[in-house]
Amino acid sequence: MSGEALFFLEVVISGLMAGVMYALVALGFVLIFKASGVLNFAQGVLALFAALALYDFIAPGGWVDDLFGFTFPIWAGIILTVGVMIIVAWLIERLVLQHLVQQEPIILFMSTIGLAYILEGVGDMLFGSDVKPLDIGIPQGASDWLLDNYGLYVEKLEVFAALTAAILVIVLAVFFQKTRIGRALRAVADDHQAALSVGVSLRTIWVIVWSVAGMVALVAGIMWGSKSGIQFSLSLIALKALPVLILGGFTSVPGAIIGGLIIGVGEKVAEVYLGPYVGGAIENWFAYVLALVFLFFRPQGLFGERIIERV
Amino acid sequence: MFYREAGQFKDSYESDQAIFPVAQDRWFVFGVVIAAFALVPFFIGDYWTNAVLLPLLAYSLAALGLNILTGYCGQVSLGTGGFLAVGAYTTFKLVTAFPELNFILVVLFSGATTAAVGVVFGLPSLRIKGFYLAVATLAAQFFLVWMFNKVEWFFNYSPTGQITMPPVELFGVLITGPRAPSAAKYLFCLGVVAVAAYAAKNIVRSRIGRAWMAIRDMDIAAELIGIRPLMTKLSAFAVSSFYIGMAGSLYFGVWLGSAEPIEAFGIEQSFLVLFMIIVGGLGSILGSFLGAAFMVLLPIVLKNFMVDGLSMAVVTAKHVEIMSLGMLIVFFLIVEPHGLARLWQIAKEKLRLWPFPH
Repeated sequence: MSGEALFFLEVVISGLMAGVMYALVALGFVLIFKASGVLNFAQGVLALFAALALYDFIAPGGWVDDLFGFTFPIWAGIILTVGVMIIVAWLIERLVLQHLVQQEPIILFMSTIGLAYILEGVGDMLFGSDVKPLDIGIPQGASDWLLDNYGLYVEKLEVFAALTAAILVIVLAVFFQKTRIGRALRAVADDHQAALSVGVSLRTIWVIVWSVAGMVALVAGIMWGSKSGIQFSLSLIALKALPVLILGGFTSVPGAIIGGLIIGVGEKVAEVYLGPYVGGAIENWFAYVLALVFLFFRPQGLFGERIIERV
Repeated sequence: MFYREAGQFKDSYESDQAIFPVAQDRWFVFGVVIAAFALVPFFIGDYWTNAVLLPLLAYSLAALGLNILTGYCGQVSLGTGGFLAVGAYTTFKLVTAFPELNFILVVLFSGATTAAVGVVFGLPSLRIKGFYLAVATLAAQFFLVWMFNKVEWFFNYSPTGQITMPPVELFGVLITGPRAPSAAKYLFCLGVVAVAAYAAKNIVRSRIGRAWMAIRDMDIAAELIGIRPLMTKLSAFAVSSFYIGMAGSLYFGVWLGSAEPIEAFGIEQSFLVLFMIIVGGLGSILGSFLGAAFMVLLPIVLKNFMVDGLSMAVVTAKHVEIMSLGMLIVFFLIVEPHGLARLWQIAKEKLRLWPFPH
């Protein structure tokens, strides 16, 4: 392959990998939106919170190390963090959502922004606000095999993230389609009242959904944390996930993945080939404009449920 | 006992349609406005003006603008920060290019430019609705801030990328820059906001305002009774952006004096103004002011209480502040999702009977 084409391929691949990372965050949004109609702005902060909690369980110099003088092994840390996320989900349902049933979507949306502030404040207070490197043994650096044989530069971490995302999607799909809880979740997503009338407990479902979203946030937090350290800017990836979301549709899991890939590739290609002409750093807004273009043709996103309007 | 409208007969259409049909309301509001113009300037110092009054007025105007779009026309926008920036940069370019131009004209022209930009970014609203639109307006936010950061013409090729307001005189009195007397700054902003609020109150009661509300309540039904969605939505974007543009002009020109795009006009500003109208009350002019007052005063009160009252470290206080802000917002949404304006309404109902039980 010529250098030019190779470079293009590299850009596309790195875009795809970045897209996977966005998709991981967008997935959490989709889960919650499907089950409760809440656009959860706190998803990014949730990822930050999960990563911070994990760090403190396993890293030397973290909280557990300071207090008790030992650290948990990585697997135990992950399980404990999942526990923390379930508690957080339960608290959110108990203290916030339960009181906001039947409010307008914008009120619910604003309440999740409030939640984001709370989690951010609590996270900063409990865990401190300096940048922390997260190392849980995910391979880092360039893939030697691809570099030697094909001359391609691909980050191992990103390949790992892509694989994880794939597994996560499969697990979620099975969970949604095959299990009893999954069926209940889909019922709630379809129609709250009908689900209630056949005996699905809305409150339990919401706790479950937020817990699952918390676990997805943990995965996203681990990936982003390993990539660039755990820091406050991690919570801003929520803003990266929003265009992915409108592109793929708020209610579609495959939409989140494919939307993420399109945004990732579009953003990288635009930055590399278009950026130099207009002064660079267009990554911030290009994704939104790209998503907007798609929206003109499909107002509900690529895979969103068709909007049927009645008077 | 004191707040009763018994005996106040309305004998003409004008008196029936007055902004404040109840005499007590009318006198109360007149009293507040006269006090704000005639009394407050004699008592304020630099701290009060710069920390409380100027941000309060600038944000009130911005909240008023967003309330027209979101509260009255039902189009959620997260691009307020970007539109504030358009107003601010128009002001900056105008006063540096034409220093002798009357500053009132500059403010109006900033509003007009922002209105034009707002209409362009409002175009997707014809096709996209709800949260999809809210996210789409983020495109405006990020694009505009990026543009003001990158295109050097906008900040007159200054090496820092900052814009700084030169001192401007209005009727022989300095009203911008650090040497301007704080009473002059305050009075100028108050004048702009008072006129704008009066105009807004009347616009939303007029034909076009009723059309906005019809679109908000159900756009298909509104279309069926002959309201044109194109004109209605775009006019809401235009009027709303006009207000936000003027707010940007005051925000940068009179209050801040110098600004750096990412910090002064970031997405936090968009959320802040959205919080103001939700805490204050969607679809209420009064609510815009109450919400702005709440969101401006709250951090100051919290900070004073924690740093001075409890002698906390500044960093910890910052974290606690963020957290308490979030908690208060959530608490507020749970207790009164219709905002402070509704509380005021309820208070008036109670006041009718007070101090008697029946």
